[in-house]
Amino acid sequence: MTYVAPPLAPADPKAVGSGRSGPVAWMALPALVMFVLFGVVPLVGVLLLSFTQWDGLGTIHPAGFSSWRSVLSDPGLLHALFVTFLIMFLSWAVQTPLAMLMGVFLAGRQRYRAVFAVIFFVPLLLSSAAIAITYKALLDPNFGLGPGLHLGILTQDWLGKPYLALGVVIFVVSWQFIPFHALIYQGGVMQIPASIFEAAEIDGAGTIRQFFSITLPQLKYTIITSSTLMVVGSLTFFDLIFVLTAGGPGDATRVLALDMYKRGFQANLMGPASVIAVILVLVGLGLALLLRRIGGSTTDSQLEGV
Amino acid sequence: MEPMSTSRRNFLRLVGLGVPAAAALAACSGSSPSQTGAGGGSGGSANGAATYWFLTGQPQQGIREDTVKRFNAANPKTKIATTEFQNDAYKQKIKTAIGAGKAPTIIWGWGGGGLKSYVDANQVVDLTDWFGENSEIKDRIFPAAFGAATVDGKIYAMPAETVTPIVMYWNKKVFDDVGVEPPQSWGDIMDLTPKFNAKGIAPFSLGGQSRWTNMMWLEFLFDRIGGSEVFQAVFDGEKDAWSNPAAIKALTEAQKLTKANGFVKGFSSITADSNADQALLYTGKAAMMLHGAWTYGSMKADGGDFVKGGNLGYMNFPPVDGGKGDPSDTVGNPGQYLSISSKSSKSEQDIAKKFFSTTVLDDTEIQKWIDSGNVPVVKGTREKLAAAPDKLDAAWLTFIYDTSSKAKNFAQSWDQALPPSAAETLLDNIAKLFQLSISPQQFAGNMNQVIAT
Repeated sequence: MTYVAPPLAPADPKAVGSGRSGPVAWMALPALVMFVLFGVVPLVGVLLLSFTQWDGLGTIHPAGFSSWRSVLSDPGLLHALFVTFLIMFLSWAVQTPLAMLMGVFLAGRQRYRAVFAVIFFVPLLLSSAAIAITYKALLDPNFGLGPGLHLGILTQDWLGKPYLALGVVIFVVSWQFIPFHALIYQGGVMQIPASIFEAAEIDGAGTIRQFFSITLPQLKYTIITSSTLMVVGSLTFFDLIFVLTAGGPGDATRVLALDMYKRGFQANLMGPASVIAVILVLVGLGLALLLRRIGGSTTDSQLEGV
Repeated sequence: MEPMSTSRRNFLRLVGLGVPAAAALAACSGSSPSQTGAGGGSGGSANGAATYWFLTGQPQQGIREDTVKRFNAANPKTKIATTEFQNDAYKQKIKTAIGAGKAPTIIWGWGGGGLKSYVDANQVVDLTDWFGENSEIKDRIFPAAFGAATVDGKIYAMPAETVTPIVMYWNKKVFDDVGVEPPQSWGDIMDLTPKFNAKGIAPFSLGGQSRWTNMMWLEFLFDRIGGSEVFQAVFDGEKDAWSNPAAIKALTEAQKLTKANGFVKGFSSITADSNADQALLYTGKAAMMLHGAWTYGSMKADGGDFVKGGNLGYMNFPPVDGGKGDPSDTVGNPGQYLSISSKSSKSEQDIAKKFFSTTVLDDTEIQKWIDSGNVPVVKGTREKLAAAPDKLDAAWLTFIYDTSSKAKNFAQSWDQALPPSAAETLLDNIAKLFQLSISPQQFAGNMNQVIAT
């Protein structure tokens, strides 16, 4: 008697392949239409506007490279770029470790941790504008939290000193978004098979050793995902900063997005504002691609041998 | 697995591209306006009826609504439909609507640089001839109010509503406690500053984060030191107008007061829109405050018995020793302004003009402004103001009437007078000047560049 192995692969891989890609391509259509309509078309519009002169009221005059020249020669642009990257880096550096620790903690199965998870999630449900208004009131040097509790250390010129204001922005951003990233890390940690930890425990690895040798390497892609969201997301810190400091004091917290808004909608210079919008797109694209590169190929399995 | 990774890359690209688009969209969305009246449509020609956009916020909103209601009752065939907006949302919305050719028939505004940008784009009707034919309307209104309605010698708006100069407030109780008299000159201000600081009281309250609050100080210092022609030269676009020695002196004096801790500690963190600066004055944490006349009502409402108990003192900005400016000069908002869109039809424009001549600032509206504690922009209301039921209100209203009507020169707030692009740079540099992060010379240099372009 001969044993016939069951066929592992389908008889005709070609037929199945084409059958799959047909509906897949079709399903991408609605997203593509939205993307072209709300992503590409405005982008082309902005690119065209950057070569014009327009105050938002009268007629649009073509102006060649004059807007580009005025923006690129403006020291304000370098400053805005510097502030943008500073806030990006600092908010990443503050959020990542805290969010990771919180995520690992929340991944535990105990009931009380689930309760914490719900509480931690609350800041994410609030609108940025509401958070900014609240913090502004709390940090008021005369009627805020510090004077109310008679705590000298909380009674600072929080939004009036350049470095304090920057610190406040990063603190509020972190306060708002750490829970979100903790959630991502929580999911990532829960995906790690328990058998790896069991094996490590048998080998005599302690909790800390397990964290650095198993949890952290296994979270590699989670870290990349979360970092991408943080880095690209920090380019859009507009509402919060606009309400909290309005870019001030002076221009200490004027990020690129705010600079664009101020030039376009407050100073009525749509040409230069469009130039900044284009720069913003390029920076965002560059960062997203860079993070992909750092992440390497995603097709490798992290679970070989499990 | 290849399709999978491609789609992820696309996703990332989408995230990257979507970001600025989302920011732009976020910037466009304002708060939803409320519409009333006939054929509400968003501007343009709404079946024969004229349209009128204005601001919310009591008591002004109720008075505006009432004026339109009375016009519509008297003219059932030619009604005006109104749409109301919150202040900051309106500033964006009206600009976008005018740019898109969807302006309302009657455009409510602040005059000055904003009005000039509409004029430059041929978006508003020249009312010079209409005022010539209807001189009785023009003659009723404070002459000073027409400055901000005039572009290149032509009148493009009707001054309406109320006049609100900026005045110096002081807390009588704090002055009594410290045992000092209100300042008669700029020198007195500098002398008073250490006395209040020694008692742990801030000499001046200031909501510095709002920036235009700091600007009010410069407006007065420029005027008192160099006279009204110093800023006029800036306004006229004269080369290096900001480097005028009087301007440099005014900027230096402002920084001197800042260095002497003349302003409340942490003033750069305080905003005017939360009224925290007013609270500092009526709680006695600050002795004085330079602010618009519009703060009287809110201090009366929020300050307990501060205003009602007669503890609020007020005066025009004192003269600067050796200064050339006329001490009767004042700055602020000489009025609010109603323009007519040039994109509206002839019949709509006629409705608007009829509205201007028959109902705007009629006796009923004037009385309503007075009852709400405001001084309307019309002449000859002093008796009515003095007859206000509350004695303290009557004294306040006549003070504002006298300050406004006797001012040799009533300058418009700089950020309203200048074109929007220059105003933004100005506010930026003012914030830095009060932060002491730039010198008066750097300030003048930065601002001269704006004139040059």
